[in-house]
Amino acid sequence: MMEVQNSQFSSETAATMPAPAGLSPAGRVVKLQVENLHKSYGSHEVLKGLSLTARAGDVISIIGSSGSGKSTFLRCINMLERPHTGRIVVAGEELELVKARDGMLKAAREVQLQKMRSRLAMVFQHFNLWAHMTVLENIIEAPVHVLGVDKDEAVARARGYLAKVGLSGVEDKYPAHMSGGQQQRVAIARALAVEPEVMLFDEPTSALDPELVGEVLKVMRTLAEEGRTMVVVTHEMGFARDVANHVMFLHQGRVEEEGCPKAILANPQSERLQQFLSKTR
Amino acid sequence: MFEGYTGYIVAGATTTLQIALSSLAVATVLGLIGAACRLAPNLLLNRVAEAYSTLVRGVPDLVLMLLVFYGGQTAANALLEALGLPAIDFNQFMAGVLTLGFIYGAYLSETFRGAIMAVPKGQWEAGWAYGMSRPRVFLRIILPQMIRFAIPGYTNNWLVLTKATALVSVIGLQDMMFRAREAGAATREPFTYLLVVGAVYLAITSVSLLLLKWAEKRYSAGVRMGEI
Repeated sequence: MMEVQNSQFSSETAATMPAPAGLSPAGRVVKLQVENLHKSYGSHEVLKGLSLTARAGDVISIIGSSGSGKSTFLRCINMLERPHTGRIVVAGEELELVKARDGMLKAAREVQLQKMRSRLAMVFQHFNLWAHMTVLENIIEAPVHVLGVDKDEAVARARGYLAKVGLSGVEDKYPAHMSGGQQQRVAIARALAVEPEVMLFDEPTSALDPELVGEVLKVMRTLAEEGRTMVVVTHEMGFARDVANHVMFLHQGRVEEEGCPKAILANPQSERLQQFLSKTR
Repeated sequence: MFEGYTGYIVAGATTTLQIALSSLAVATVLGLIGAACRLAPNLLLNRVAEAYSTLVRGVPDLVLMLLVFYGGQTAANALLEALGLPAIDFNQFMAGVLTLGFIYGAYLSETFRGAIMAVPKGQWEAGWAYGMSRPRVFLRIILPQMIRFAIPGYTNNWLVLTKATALVSVIGLQDMMFRAREAGAATREPFTYLLVVGAVYLAITSVSLLLLKWAEKRYSAGVRMGEI
């Protein structure tokens, strides 16, 4: 795999990152690279040139107050929102984007976009499990119908992933009959089932009752320890500090401050981050 | 009983049921296409589908029936001639079914549009995020979930459609209504036959209500009752 070193921020941050798996940052494969993403709603610019590099095993937390653009940024990575400019490279393959008539980018080839999305599994704030399918059907849907995995094999793997998120024996339940925490863990199993290059988490605990947050964070912590590459938009400062190896603080569509979580969360340099942290504590 | 007209009326009831079911099939297909076009990310398709539903729903069924039956046939044959193809002689059954299907397709497109929009956006997004194409998301994720939302409106349209089949007697189709009027006139007992066909319409609609109730339950799998 080719080394990609371009934006100056990625080389800067690489220096401050602890290196999971005992490798130096430069030795780890770049799984996801996003460059110079811009997006506006009308005349209001919500993303003002955001970039991100995730190497294998990185856990990147994106924090910021509501309206800072953090969810929009994440949703641009798999094109659920369409940016106006920018580059997206997943595991060395660049998504071909062309300007559409509305001024936003769109995939030049729908098939390439679909393939890329299947390698970037997303976990949503509101779980978005398919309501008419059982837990098992939810997990095997993409492997069987998108990736073409044999059904029996997909079922066997699905049981494994359910066990990993601590939910054996719920295969035949419908999502509506489960708690929010259980649904979110099923959603994580669904994401694992496509064996993604990078997992995208969009505020995975924000819709949960406080007593259910812990079980989801515990599963995410396990995934991080396994060396999975994760990009997590979150309000959980504990997770950002203890689990992530890189944190980005967004403010009004810009990266206001970023770096090693322990350093910048304990000792924020920018006034904005100081204010933000004083409110969330 | 009925002075030997029983078989005559039963044959009419069969025709009525055939027309109703065939029209429903045509209307369902047109309705789904119409709804998909209304919601597609394409302005031209939106406008065409909107014009279809607005025009058809705004004109009385009887007027449309006569317009489409006489005008539609002429227009279709003019088009075929322009393409250098031989003219088709539409039989009355086909004409009746296509006309009713065309009219009720417009109503159903609104029913389906509402049902599609009732499925939360997140269900689409999860499909896209896992690499499914738009049509696949629609068929595997949205369609099975929208049925539950569509059934009440669908039932309504089916009942109205079944009764509207009586209109095809104006274009000369020998449906139940047509035959009941003839039998009534011949025997000078119009009420007897009107009551009979009224009862048959009621029987058809009652049975369909049971079937659709079953379907509603079937497609509510995974929904906690009382949640909607």
